[in-house]
Amino acid sequence: MTRYLVGRLLGLATVLFVTSLVVFGTVHLAPGDPVSFLLHGRPATPEATAALRAQYHLDDPLPLQYTKWLGGVLHGDFGRSAQFHQDVGSLIGSRLPGTALLVGYAALLVAVLGVGAGLLAALRPGPVDRAVLLGTGVATATPSFVSAMALVSLFSVQLGWFPGPGGTPEGFPDRLYHLTLPAFALALTFAGLLARVTRSAMLDELGRDHVEVARARGVARRAVVRRHVLRNALGPVVTVGGTMLAGLLISTSIVETAFDVSGIGSLLVQSVTAKDFAVVQAITLLSVAAFVVVNLAVDLLAPVIDPRLSLRGEGSS
Amino acid sequence: MTTTATPAAGTPDTLRRRPGLRGLRVLGQGPMFSAAVVVLAALVLVAVLAPVLAPHDPESLDLSASLVGTTGDHFLGTDQSGRDVLSRLIHGARTGLFGPLLVVGVSTLLGTLLGVVAAWRGGWADTVLSRSMDLVFAIPGLLLAILLVAVVGSGMTAPVIAMAVAYTPYVGRLVRSIARQEKARPYIESYRVQGWSGWTICLRHLLPNIAPTVLAQSAMNFGYALMDLAALSFLGFGVQPPTADWGAMINEGQSALQQGAMLPALAPSACIVLAVVAFGIVGEGLADRIAKRER
Amino acid sequence: MTQDSPQVRSTGDGFPVLDIDGLGVRLPDGQAARPILDGVSLRVQPGETVGLVGESGSGKSVACRSVLGLLPAGARTSGTVRVAGRDVLTMNRTELAALRARQVAMVFQDPRAAVNPLRRVGDFVTEGLRASGMPAAAATTRAEALLDAVGIRDPRGALRRFPHQFSGGMLQRVVIAAALASEPALLVADEPTTALDVTTQAEIIAILTRLRAEQGTGLLFVTHDLELASAICDRVYVMYAGRIVETRGTDELFDRPRHPYTSGLLACTPRIEPGAPTPRPIPGRPVSLAEAPPGCAFAARCAHAQPRCSEETPVLARYGDGLTACHRADEGITL
Repeated sequence: MTRYLVGRLLGLATVLFVTSLVVFGTVHLAPGDPVSFLLHGRPATPEATAALRAQYHLDDPLPLQYTKWLGGVLHGDFGRSAQFHQDVGSLIGSRLPGTALLVGYAALLVAVLGVGAGLLAALRPGPVDRAVLLGTGVATATPSFVSAMALVSLFSVQLGWFPGPGGTPEGFPDRLYHLTLPAFALALTFAGLLARVTRSAMLDELGRDHVEVARARGVARRAVVRRHVLRNALGPVVTVGGTMLAGLLISTSIVETAFDVSGIGSLLVQSVTAKDFAVVQAITLLSVAAFVVVNLAVDLLAPVIDPRLSLRGEGSS
Repeated sequence: MTTTATPAAGTPDTLRRRPGLRGLRVLGQGPMFSAAVVVLAALVLVAVLAPVLAPHDPESLDLSASLVGTTGDHFLGTDQSGRDVLSRLIHGARTGLFGPLLVVGVSTLLGTLLGVVAAWRGGWADTVLSRSMDLVFAIPGLLLAILLVAVVGSGMTAPVIAMAVAYTPYVGRLVRSIARQEKARPYIESYRVQGWSGWTICLRHLLPNIAPTVLAQSAMNFGYALMDLAALSFLGFGVQPPTADWGAMINEGQSALQQGAMLPALAPSACIVLAVVAFGIVGEGLADRIAKRER
Repeated sequence: MTQDSPQVRSTGDGFPVLDIDGLGVRLPDGQAARPILDGVSLRVQPGETVGLVGESGSGKSVACRSVLGLLPAGARTSGTVRVAGRDVLTMNRTELAALRARQVAMVFQDPRAAVNPLRRVGDFVTEGLRASGMPAAAATTRAEALLDAVGIRDPRGALRRFPHQFSGGMLQRVVIAAALASEPALLVADEPTTALDVTTQAEIIAILTRLRAEQGTGLLFVTHDLELASAICDRVYVMYAGRIVETRGTDELFDRPRHPYTSGLLACTPRIEPGAPTPRPIPGRPVSLAEAPPGCAFAARCAHAQPRCSEETPVLARYGDGLTACHRADEGITL
């Protein structure tokens, strides 16, 4: 198990290392002189040029530039934002709560809607099952920005139940209210996926011999479903759900942009448009880090859910 | 045990299906499959014949006819700039299909090449290629695309390159695993004993045998690539105005939506969903047919 | 229904523990050409060991599952399945749960598949006890005693382990212990040794027969292995294509089988005694559910078939001390 863990952590470090190389290298891959790329149309005053040269250590040889930049990143120093004239770290920090709330809200919806619909479909074969399949089939083929349009046109423009994009919410409940449509837009695709996974995992488990054995022993149907079917279907549901959390972190930039939510994702999009490269670098790096850490956490959780897997981990060491 | 932090580490490299679209398999038998094929054929036809079919110039502005509703002249109305929505949809099918075609084409060729080489050579070549594919797999495609856009600027180039790179490991891992199974079959050994070269066996026997499975995966990838590229266009990073593109149209239609004009944003939305569903059904249907044949 | 007793009894008062009478099980139209079970009658007296033998697909598994009220989805039934006098087929959900929890227990073919791999062994053994209302602590104490009785060392530690930490044979002992937990009047064992290796098989059989003798449980032993059935059973029922084709006491069945299928089964079992004939396989293959041959279902594979055999379905009739369904059973053919 320890060796497995070390291996996985090494793998994670490799991914982060390569990502940092890519993120760092892009400045030099860009056509033209790095300074003019980083300035991108902003006035090339001697001060601005000097600041950039210092920020990216451009006067040093390339490997040293990288190590110095990485050293800064590891200490939380991502440089300065050109568009906001602010430290990138604190800029991201100020945008983090918006994204965290949106992703958390959406994750909750994914879990409730996805698992709920999946259970319903698995336990009610026939018309209910087919209806859920059709609904989730369309949901999974609907990208988040399309859901966003559909939700806004129906619930904001037509019915007026929820506020549309923009607006400044006051207080936490109002904030949640404003985030409802974005959260649904973000959640629907993933909820459809999770419903499918839940349904097939449940059907797999329902067909297992030990489920029939439990029934043959006089255990009540409810208890059989809870203790044997649901419990055993949890593995794939949690695994897929966890990778979805990582997916939510990426898709949130689309939804934040569509709904004008102030968060990391919309900051990324703004920064790409404004050529605010330090911010783009920082968010890319942090997103990949979050993505791989979430995936690792899910993999480490697997043996907790299925005791047979811990044996496999030991067996390989 | 794999040592890389990939999302699917430890899971078998079988035909990768996003589990959601797997459910479409239920619909993938019989009439739904045929309907999906018809939809896709129609899309291709519309894309090819766009200049002939479109009733108006998709890019001609007429600010006096902004957000005109459904009329005899404008079947789906006009957008904010007075451009005909139907004509833009029809022309949008071109960029909508061309981008994914490039992504799927490149990722399929590259992925097949890497997968076959990894499976055939084995040893260190396999290790290096597999690890590299795992690595790319661990970085989300959308993020890679955004980073590349930040470097080389908006337009189709950066998203297509990034997506092609991001989709390659999906194909590569699949090809590697089925090519390994195929390689272990006795007929390959018998050709080897007869003195055929590895390249000849790969090209004449291995590839034709794994081609259907790769094709099914590519059909599914086409739908996902369409979604991803449309998302980038929606963010303003992909197809640039005034070129007609479904994703970009939705972006432009957002403000009209607020004013109660639904069609400029919802019509391209419907097109995207329709295309993705159709590709999903066709991909799943193909995969099922292959699975049945092999059973 | 006249024999319905007012309450469920744990042992029959004069009733057989199991009395299947004219059981028919039919899948919904279009799913099968013939019934899965057709006119199956079978009895098990208290303390008796009865074998149910047939090839795969003969319907023996469906028959033994029907004892617990477990039927294929959408199946229609006729006849009765009485356990201690009460018809299982007409029971509601609560009654079925009580029957399964207290009166009939089943041991399945593959212990790996029969035990939930994600739950501890203790959970499996005590689940039935707790379902019928026993406090958890008492159930655990009882489970330890049961594991001890089936020869598992360190029962306390075993209860805390997971199924994958046991060998197949050990796990089958666990399954048997769990089945006996409720002190059932009837134990149904569906090929309990098929998934195990030979030495383990012998141990499991020894445990089953010992416990049956100690507890006075009726045992319905389902197997495809006629040899094995003869070793432990008092009586044997032979099934073919959903029907009972022959039943008699083990000794007579062996010495003088009256049905060609029975003798075919005997002849295709390899023997080790000197001078034993070489095994002869039965030609052809079993009748699938998609086929409904007229007359005797075995006629197509039978060396003694006459034109009459494929026209008229033979019924069970008394020959010797048992019953046989064969038109030529009275001819005393040397099979």
